[in-house]
Amino acid sequence: MKHFVQFMKSLFLLELLKGMNVTGRYFFKPKMTLRYPEERTPLSPRFRGLHALRRYPNGEERCIACKLCEAVCPALAITIESAEREDGTRRTTRYEIDLTKCIFCGYCEESCPVDSIVETHIFEYHGEERADLYMTKEKLLAVGDKYEVQIAQAREQDARYR
Amino acid sequence: MGIEKFIFYIFSVLLIASASMVITVRNPVKAALFLVLAFFASAVLWLLIKAEFLAIVLVLVYVGAVMVLFLFVVMMLDINIERMRAGFIRYLPLGILVALTMAGMLIWVVSGDGSAFNHSVLHGPSYSNTQALGLVLYTNYVYPFEIAAVILLVAIIAAITLTLRRRPNTKHQKPAEQIAVKRHDRVRMVKMKAEERK
Amino acid sequence: MIEWITSLLSFLPSGWVTVIIILIKIVVIVLPLMLAVAYLTYAERKIIGAMQVRLGPTRVGWNGSLQPIADALKLMFKEIIIPAKASKFLFLLAPLLLIGPALAAWAVIPFDAQMVLANVNAGLLYVLAITSIGVYGVIIAGWASNSKYALLGAMRSAAQIVSYEIAMGFALVGVLMAAGSLNFGDIVRGQEGYGFVSWYMWPLLPLFVIYFISGVAETNRAPFDMAEGESEIVAGFHVEYSGMPFAVFFLAEYANMILISALASVMFLGGWLSPLAGLLPDSVFEIPLLGPLLGSGIHWFFIKIAVFLFFFLWFRATFPRYRYDQIMRLGWKVFIPITIVWLLVLGIAILAGLPPWFSAA
Repeated sequence: MKHFVQFMKSLFLLELLKGMNVTGRYFFKPKMTLRYPEERTPLSPRFRGLHALRRYPNGEERCIACKLCEAVCPALAITIESAEREDGTRRTTRYEIDLTKCIFCGYCEESCPVDSIVETHIFEYHGEERADLYMTKEKLLAVGDKYEVQIAQAREQDARYR
Repeated sequence: MGIEKFIFYIFSVLLIASASMVITVRNPVKAALFLVLAFFASAVLWLLIKAEFLAIVLVLVYVGAVMVLFLFVVMMLDINIERMRAGFIRYLPLGILVALTMAGMLIWVVSGDGSAFNHSVLHGPSYSNTQALGLVLYTNYVYPFEIAAVILLVAIIAAITLTLRRRPNTKHQKPAEQIAVKRHDRVRMVKMKAEERK
Repeated sequence: MIEWITSLLSFLPSGWVTVIIILIKIVVIVLPLMLAVAYLTYAERKIIGAMQVRLGPTRVGWNGSLQPIADALKLMFKEIIIPAKASKFLFLLAPLLLIGPALAAWAVIPFDAQMVLANVNAGLLYVLAITSIGVYGVIIAGWASNSKYALLGAMRSAAQIVSYEIAMGFALVGVLMAAGSLNFGDIVRGQEGYGFVSWYMWPLLPLFVIYFISGVAETNRAPFDMAEGESEIVAGFHVEYSGMPFAVFFLAEYANMILISALASVMFLGGWLSPLAGLLPDSVFEIPLLGPLLGSGIHWFFIKIAVFLFFFLWFRATFPRYRYDQIMRLGWKVFIPITIVWLLVLGIAILAGLPPWFSAA
């Protein structure tokens, strides 16, 4: 009996019709495609995009060359060299992130004791040669200067959960 | 009709050329493809004498099915041309004899007084030779036709039984049985009271 | 129209005029067909997209409506790469062998009571023979590419097409038993009477279903697309193709889909016949505008083709690919027995003069 029912089921293609019923219903459902450049999904404050180096409000760069980010970076994308400045503080002479190596894990940001290295919401950057994707200290600081308001706002929103 | 003659000569030349390529070309796959072309050209020639049923069946059966299977086999085989050519000189006299006999018979038939074969009769456009063939096959020749059908059936069954291998030890899946399984075939739910710890 | 062309060409011998008129008719059939093929690809992307809850192409033209044109342009300007050690002539011949039959079969398809290129008595046989040539395109493409994946794809496809041709042929035998003719015009006229009730679809329902499923298999469409099998043998017989030859393979596939749909609608759904003709009173068909729209005509033929094409796309959006041995099992052990049994049933029905389909015979 069981085999007979199974035989009839497969002979009259019942299972296949069920499948077609499902796809047929989805045919009329509202579509969830996002037409990207015009429409965008909201970004979380924790979104991890292009890196930036921040400054204090008085214009002093935050980074103290502790090299925690260099140590924690799993992709070995960060290179730091440091030296003593005239006023006796330790500062970086070289702070570089190779974006072709970076995996955007965000560990550098987590490890930073002075909230200097951060990841911004910028994800639509590009480079026309490899060197363009090698972020030097100047470039990182420039990104930080340009998007400081946005960066600060994102940190502010996320602060409650930290 | 100029056009009909034109088509006839084109396809006759094509037929002869492709037929000779079948036996001269080195590559067996190409030979099989030339044979297909030869079938096709002869189908066109049949169409020209308004034997559309035969022409179409030639294409359908020989081109569409038999030669496909032929190609199928030829492509899978790795035919060693050197070994094929080894007996060429030895069998040459026999080959020439067969070829001469065939040619002689053809010449004898074609160059006779014409009584050896009837000229095909051309019918009007409304004449259906499919119907005519069917009528003849199922009335005058019904027993030979049925016998041929039975012989073919026997051949099919024989081919299947010759190649059928039962291998009971293989562990292949049977999807039909897999999807037929219900939960209660595999899992038994048991209701029992909780026991006190000793 | 034809008289006008004849008078225009009166300086030529009459035989050549006939040839030229036939050529013009061929162009009139093939050009819209190619356009339909192009927009079938668009419809496919849109419909399958909709079934997968996405939009499909939206960028080129209004809502992506120029996408097929853009695709064609792109493919035309791409380089034709011929693999080393490939048989060059056969390599380039294969796509033509695939698309040629797909177009040639349209010669006998009646679009309307009068509109048919060649009113051949053995139309059904002609279509069977012509479509069976298409398999050579696949086999030669696979062999000439000199690639193992292409050869595997060709082998699979050859086996599949040959097996399904038998089931398909049996289904067509049912049609010609019911109609008593091999002429497509007569087959359609045999389905006249009580609107959609007298279509052969009903007495031949199993054959109809089998014909359509075999048609899907014959065109190598999902779920029977193991000749391509992109997840197993990359793209099967056309891995090595690029540019225009590649495009021709796709043109052929879609032209074959349209052909199978057209054949199914001619043989089982009464071609150009209206589903209402014979059911509604005659006065309805004399209403201006609405009357001709409801009455029989070429538009019903196109609507039926579109419905079948939608099913092709629906299948593709729904079913996963069959395994090779399952396809063979389905063809040989399921379809052929069912068709043979149904031919027997059909023979009894025709002898008994089962109304409304066979009562006249």
